[in-house]
Amino acid sequence: MVDMPDGYTGEGFFATKLSDVVGLARKNSLWPLPFATSCCGIEFMATMASHYDLARFGAERLGFSPRQCDLLMVIGTIAKKMGPIVKQVYLQMAEPRWVMAVGACASSGGIFDSYSVLQGIDQVVPVDVYVPGCPPRPEGILDGFMRIQDLVGQESVRRRSGERYKELMQSYGIE
Amino acid sequence: MLTNATIKERLEKHFEGRLTGFEEPYGMLSFEAPKELNLKVLQFLYDDEEMRFQFLTDLTAVHYPNQPGRELAVVYHLHNMRDNVRIRFKVFTDIAQPDIFTATKLYEAANWMERETFDFFGVHFTGHPNLKRILNVDEMDYFPLRKEYPLEDQTRTDKDDEMFGRG
Repeated sequence: MVDMPDGYTGEGFFATKLSDVVGLARKNSLWPLPFATSCCGIEFMATMASHYDLARFGAERLGFSPRQCDLLMVIGTIAKKMGPIVKQVYLQMAEPRWVMAVGACASSGGIFDSYSVLQGIDQVVPVDVYVPGCPPRPEGILDGFMRIQDLVGQESVRRRSGERYKELMQSYGIE
Repeated sequence: MLTNATIKERLEKHFEGRLTGFEEPYGMLSFEAPKELNLKVLQFLYDDEEMRFQFLTDLTAVHYPNQPGRELAVVYHLHNMRDNVRIRFKVFTDIAQPDIFTATKLYEAANWMERETFDFFGVHFTGHPNLKRILNVDEMDYFPLRKEYPLEDQTRTDKDDEMFGRG
């Protein structure tokens, strides 16, 4: 069970902010899209499975279509040639959408300080949460997921129509 | 049974001593050919009734930065499947004009491998039907496996030299 948001309770009614209710609903029913390319993906499989059980956080259903998902989880090394594809997947997701970079490679290129590897996916898409580790343990991925939940739960309903968000998108060449 | 000695003898006879550097590391016959002869050597090894090297196992390049005028070596690995014999030969070229005749007319497999070799070493295979990058991004304007670059990506701005004790 999740905690009730702050509000006024009386006999037979409860009043609170719309953004709190929306945030509560969103953060406990995230649909992640796993974009797993390498060894971090194996850790993510463990995260999904019964022992660590990502479903506890309301993410029971992983979607494999970006059009249905809210959270893009980029898990593993992204080669430069893969960069445009990550961006395309991001663009196919509907707003509101969040991005999590799992592992050193997705966050910064990791040990692959090389001509062929994208040095962090934040060069092509905006990232909300970075999970360090090479690879991160399932606990790390769950922690990252919970931080995404915090962001989702606290997000203002107006954020995505604001100027700042528009500027962020424009800095990535997204209209 | 096809032996290395027979292959060497036939090659030397057919090419009248223009092939050099014969050696047999780990029992595999290797030699060097002048770069204008690469197709003639391949054709001979392919067509000859005794040689029958009709399978191109590998084609790649090596960069030797300390050999002026012959910096790039293109290496062919051939396999005679009937007698199960493998050989290897190299042709060397000047890096300033790295033109080599394509082997795609003889071996279909050369198509992919020559594109890869062009991608990483910049060897220009004259006559290749579709010589463009295959594994790297199209925008890349250098040949990454030439020994001309430090290991790190030179276009990086996010990692400060001071963090690595080089500041």
